[in-house]
Amino acid sequence: MKLNFEHHQTAHCENGVASNLLLNKGLKLSEPMIFGIGSGLFFVYLPFLKVNFAPGFSYRPMPGAIFSKAAKRLGIKIKREKFSNPKDAQKALERNLEQNIPTGLQVGVFNLTYFPEEYKFHFNAHNLVVYGKEEGNFLISDPVMDYVTSLSESELEKVRYAKGALPPKGHMYYPIYVPENINLEEAIKKGIKDTCKNMLAPVPLIGVKAMRWVARSIPKWAEKKGSKVTNHYLGQLIRMQEEIGTGGGGFRFIYGAFLQEASVILKNDQLKELSKEITAIGDLWRDFAVDIARVYKNRNSKSNIYQELSKTMLHIADLEEAFYKKLRNAI
Amino acid sequence: MKKQDLPQDESNLKSANMTEVLYVTDENDNYTTANSTGWDAKKAALDESMELIHERIQDAKQNVANNIASPIVYFMELNKMDLPVLASYVGMWQWRVKRHFKPGKFKTLSETTLKKYADAFGISVDELKNFDGK
Repeated sequence: MKLNFEHHQTAHCENGVASNLLLNKGLKLSEPMIFGIGSGLFFVYLPFLKVNFAPGFSYRPMPGAIFSKAAKRLGIKIKREKFSNPKDAQKALERNLEQNIPTGLQVGVFNLTYFPEEYKFHFNAHNLVVYGKEEGNFLISDPVMDYVTSLSESELEKVRYAKGALPPKGHMYYPIYVPENINLEEAIKKGIKDTCKNMLAPVPLIGVKAMRWVARSIPKWAEKKGSKVTNHYLGQLIRMQEEIGTGGGGFRFIYGAFLQEASVILKNDQLKELSKEITAIGDLWRDFAVDIARVYKNRNSKSNIYQELSKTMLHIADLEEAFYKKLRNAI
Repeated sequence: MKKQDLPQDESNLKSANMTEVLYVTDENDNYTTANSTGWDAKKAALDESMELIHERIQDAKQNVANNIASPIVYFMELNKMDLPVLASYVGMWQWRVKRHFKPGKFKTLSETTLKKYADAFGISVDELKNFDGK
């Protein structure tokens, strides 16, 4: 059984699944639109939560938040189900396929057989769509892949029941109601306002303030923990920033694409200018990643290198703060 | 980032025959998407992380050989796990798992407990028991 489902490769898994599932329901929204309306741009620093032996940084909100927020703002209803028993989870998925419903799943990436070895980590907030079952294998549309793939029953069960932080517990979701008339303008405005609110939040763990905290910590790590540990922490920062198209630079570019689309829909030229501004900031994030990579390769052995990285990141945080303030006033 | 500036470096994506999508701007500053085979800066970060894991695996192996650590530590590292992840896979408290890291304690474990670990690592109980790090 193979449902009529179009696979589109996207930069980020959650937007991609959302965009692909909605397209299947007849609603054509680009990946950047979902990302922008769902307020996907984010930054959080969790110094006490260790992931892969480094502090937790995240350039994205909690898994599922982008699609949930976007759906709420567009008036779409999504059904979400979790199962304590893996067999029930499989049955429910098969029931959906029989009813012609392509279904989104939250999965862990460690056991995703088609991923390159280096991407297999105990990270449980990946998303994909199951769109059929043939010869005992589930047909998989993983939005970060160029092509569609498949997983056996036991392989799929493994990734749906991955353990560790944020376990999926068989989590599956699918849109059950899409309104006929969608107020895109209102949804876009809400999405933008929420992003500005988060990024300018007056708490040290979130948004621009969190970026500054990380930036100021870089030289302190070097002092207290030595360069090896610091480099590993910085590596974590790049991986979170740029892993499979997500995070720092990548996310800013998706947001730039969103603002460009939004400027046409809202007939607001200011957003077009701001799109260029966030694109330039995205470029700076990428330059920052290159600077960090250079530290690894020890091409830059200047003793104040960590001070400089810290300064660069503080500078980006300043630019971002100015950007969100302008954006808030532009709508 | 301009479309023509998108790096096309050789990367880990190649092993899975993958590319990644990025949002880039064209000559008129309009957004579009383009595929990339990889980027050196990101590869450096991934390589560093893999190297660290590799080191940890080697250390664990040595510690098992020297009878400082139980095979559980080695297979935990081999599966890129840490204590919280492993504890969650075997469904035991972290402090209990930690005790099983000791070779002496490991030898007293029941088949049922060993089976939980073996399943978490995707190996047989014998493979787990007989690993000597040499």
